[in-house]
Amino acid sequence: MKQVSIVSCLFLAVFTAGCTGVQSALDPRGPAAADLLRIILFFVFVCTSVFLLVMGALVWSLLRKPSREESKGAQERQISVVVTAAIVSTAAIIVLLTVVSFTSDRFPEYKEASSAAILARGEQWWWRFDYDGDDRSPGFQTANELHIPVGQDVRLRLQATDVIHSFWVPSLAGKQDLVPGRDNTITLHAERPGIYRGQCAEFCGLQHAHMALEVVAQEPEAYRQWVESQRRSAVVSQVAAVIAGRDVFMRKPCIAGRDVFMRKPCAACHTIRGTEAKGTSGPDLTHVASRRLLAAGVLQNSAGSLAAWIADPQTIKPGNNMPLVPMTSEELRQVTAFLETLR
Amino acid sequence: MNSSSTAQVLDVEVEREDLEPRLRRTWQSGKGIWGALTTVDHKIIARRYIVTAFVFLALGGVLALVMRVQLAFPEARFLSADRYNQIFTTHGSNMMFLFAVPVMEAMGVYLVPLMVGTRNIAFPRLNAFSYWIFLAGGLVLWIAVALDAAPDVGWFAYVPLSGPEYGAGKRADIWAQMITFTELSALAVAVEIVVTVFKQRAPGMSLDRIPVFVWSMLVTSFLVIIAMPAIMFASSSLILDRLVGTHFYNPAEGGDVLLWQHLFWFFGHPEVYIIFLPAVGMVSAMISPFSQRPVFGYLALVIALIATGLLSFGLWVHHMFVAGLPPSGSSFFTASSMAIAIPAGTQIFCFLATLWSGRPIFKTPMLFVIGFLITFVMGGMTGVMVASVPLDTQVHDTYFVVAHFHYVLVGGAVFPLVGAIYYWFPKMTGRMMSEKLGRIVFGMIFAGFHLTFFPMHILGLAGMPRRVYTYPPELPWSGMNLFVSVSAFVLAAGFGLFFIDAIRSLRSGKVAGPNPWNCASLEWATASPPPPYNFARIPVVQSRDPLWQASSELPVATGLRVDRRELVVSSVVAAEPEARESSPADSIWPLVAALATTVMLIGSMFSAWAVVWGAVPIAIALTCWFWPKRTPEDES
Repeated sequence: MKQVSIVSCLFLAVFTAGCTGVQSALDPRGPAAADLLRIILFFVFVCTSVFLLVMGALVWSLLRKPSREESKGAQERQISVVVTAAIVSTAAIIVLLTVVSFTSDRFPEYKEASSAAILARGEQWWWRFDYDGDDRSPGFQTANELHIPVGQDVRLRLQATDVIHSFWVPSLAGKQDLVPGRDNTITLHAERPGIYRGQCAEFCGLQHAHMALEVVAQEPEAYRQWVESQRRSAVVSQVAAVIAGRDVFMRKPCIAGRDVFMRKPCAACHTIRGTEAKGTSGPDLTHVASRRLLAAGVLQNSAGSLAAWIADPQTIKPGNNMPLVPMTSEELRQVTAFLETLR
Repeated sequence: MNSSSTAQVLDVEVEREDLEPRLRRTWQSGKGIWGALTTVDHKIIARRYIVTAFVFLALGGVLALVMRVQLAFPEARFLSADRYNQIFTTHGSNMMFLFAVPVMEAMGVYLVPLMVGTRNIAFPRLNAFSYWIFLAGGLVLWIAVALDAAPDVGWFAYVPLSGPEYGAGKRADIWAQMITFTELSALAVAVEIVVTVFKQRAPGMSLDRIPVFVWSMLVTSFLVIIAMPAIMFASSSLILDRLVGTHFYNPAEGGDVLLWQHLFWFFGHPEVYIIFLPAVGMVSAMISPFSQRPVFGYLALVIALIATGLLSFGLWVHHMFVAGLPPSGSSFFTASSMAIAIPAGTQIFCFLATLWSGRPIFKTPMLFVIGFLITFVMGGMTGVMVASVPLDTQVHDTYFVVAHFHYVLVGGAVFPLVGAIYYWFPKMTGRMMSEKLGRIVFGMIFAGFHLTFFPMHILGLAGMPRRVYTYPPELPWSGMNLFVSVSAFVLAAGFGLFFIDAIRSLRSGKVAGPNPWNCASLEWATASPPPPYNFARIPVVQSRDPLWQASSELPVATGLRVDRRELVVSSVVAAEPEARESSPADSIWPLVAALATTVMLIGSMFSAWAVVWGAVPIAIALTCWFWPKRTPEDES
């Protein structure tokens, strides 16, 4: 592991001149991505060496002054030997690379992960993550933000709802397609807490470019707390807080905003657990304010960007499935205030 | 065997100075527009093919520049998502189906009959038909672009995105029928070339004396014949899904989404070699005169061509490594994909050996050969990388792959092609292109290409996926993208200069003469440009390099008639003359048949009944085309 990080740092320093990305195959943050980088570097090394050898031969051939004395027949025989040797070495290198590729493809240590407790679904153009519940507590759903505990293998089931998508978080693992009618799986393993960006890698239509996700890797304890909070309904907590007399200033617009949300078409597509909003075609908004991003990575989540998104989703992400819902500016302010409380 | 009742005139009976005018009268195409529409001369048709394909290259290049402007800055608003998706789909489809494959086949249509020493291609009317169909297919796509209704599903048109549920409008239908047009024309040309190579070679040109370029066109033609039916089935079943509600690709009704990918790539991977193998042939042809020796390893090169052709059908799954197929199957395709490096390496080593033992002359075509060697070897190296399953899970569908296939296709095929235009331009037009401009063209294309595409390797590894119309400013991609976009204009300027040089040289280039480069193959044995009958007397071949023989004059065969179009049919292996066969006269019916087919195919985008009613005019046109003329049959 250590070696890989050192090599990858060197590689990064040389080739990307200080670029640090949370979404890069050259910047691995988990064992799978680190292994892949090791293979990439090995292949780059072998192929660059071969390339330089061939180019050396090319330069020599072009600059060489053939001597007149060389007998034609002897020369041809000599070349034949060299060419044959080159072909045989090509074959040997190919066998070597195939074997390396084959053995490292098997990844025994993280192919045998536990059963998948998270279902990732690709939809035009966002990600839906379903966390299974257990005997005592119900499951829950998030959008475009996948939380995982560090130091563990986390297995995802991958399904496509409409067209083919591809799940790719390069700093953690290679990509895997989501194919309608098939179930694929992928295993993620983050070594350190952090935020790893990924995006859809299979062309999936108009807004393919805006189909990003973030994997938030947390210490197991923090992850457990996050799961707990996600299982609760934010609205129920909010109402409790209002009744207890905290949040008095929030009260009016917030309650009015909830009313707007239920009256307008919003509730037909979105679920907010603890309310009568039970639509499922759009993302679950139960904890929308706790998310870092909106609209599959188009916007950083803030009160302002949330309002902008609700006001005109078609300008921000043209062609997406959220319609422009006519609202007065007062209604917009209220509904934003309401959603902002859903932490 | 027997002589016909009409009075025939054999070439031996004609005076030497009388022969060429009489042959010209017999073989000349008609004058004016009618002559242009009815001609079946392979040289005229190939020239049209080449010019049309280069027009499509220029148009596709403009699309590439437009994309690069959009990608120069993060979240740019120069193009809308919809427009960008149309443009990248059209760029890919156009370059593959309307430029690369047709231009390679067109070079074959022009050169193969000349190189094997015959007077016209086999099935010349089919040849005319194939050009008209190709032109119609190209127009269909580009009119759709102009109407803002171009396909937007990628050149691979994966279902279900291109299927009835998610591919709204007629865009995917236009894509699928454009495929039908081009596969029709490609299949037609492939059949012509196979027959020409097998049955119309000059006496004495046994299989081991065929120029490597002709071998490459032969192998390519077989690839076309084997690969095209897969895409023909794929695009037809897609149309059926969209038009009449079949469920080939609908998993909800027992169809399979991945079936499309298997069919598409079973065609799509050989497609790459359909483009690349002719380029290997061109390099073999050019490297010989500019190294002043025959190409080294004739047998090895021919075996490598055939091996590449065979292997190319066994590696399509490497386009599907992340689709969730069983890993053991994928490993097999890793092995087969990497194995193709062996015949490819063989070709490169033979070329290097030719250079090593020759005395290189650095004319423009040779510069492009050297550019090919450098660029293609790099593309081959990244090809070995993407063949590895684990490695591919990171780079698949990223800019790394965009870089890789541009290295192989532009470096491996377009560099040789541009070199080949410089090389055969004097043969085709009678005039030389400018050597001075040629060097600048090479410099700009070579430098512009590498500056444009090399950074894409790094962009891909740094996480940038393909086919995105924009990218967020937070990610560290903007600097390199801007660099790439600026470089793309250098590359485009190189091509611009190339077009200027070609057009200028047409009128004012230096007059070439029959063999300006001192080459050895038969196309240089006749005038530049060749007369309509190609050769006044059919040459007799006694070695692999007929024009480099010690004797000053090429031996010729006689006994063909001059009062009607006639050519020599020879045996497959030894090319012993077997018969005199008549070659079809000019005809308007290929054009009429192509128009009728076009109407039917366009109609079929809208209604399945168009296939039924549209078949009637096609049947009429074909009947007239093949109407028996009571011309005497072939004579031995």
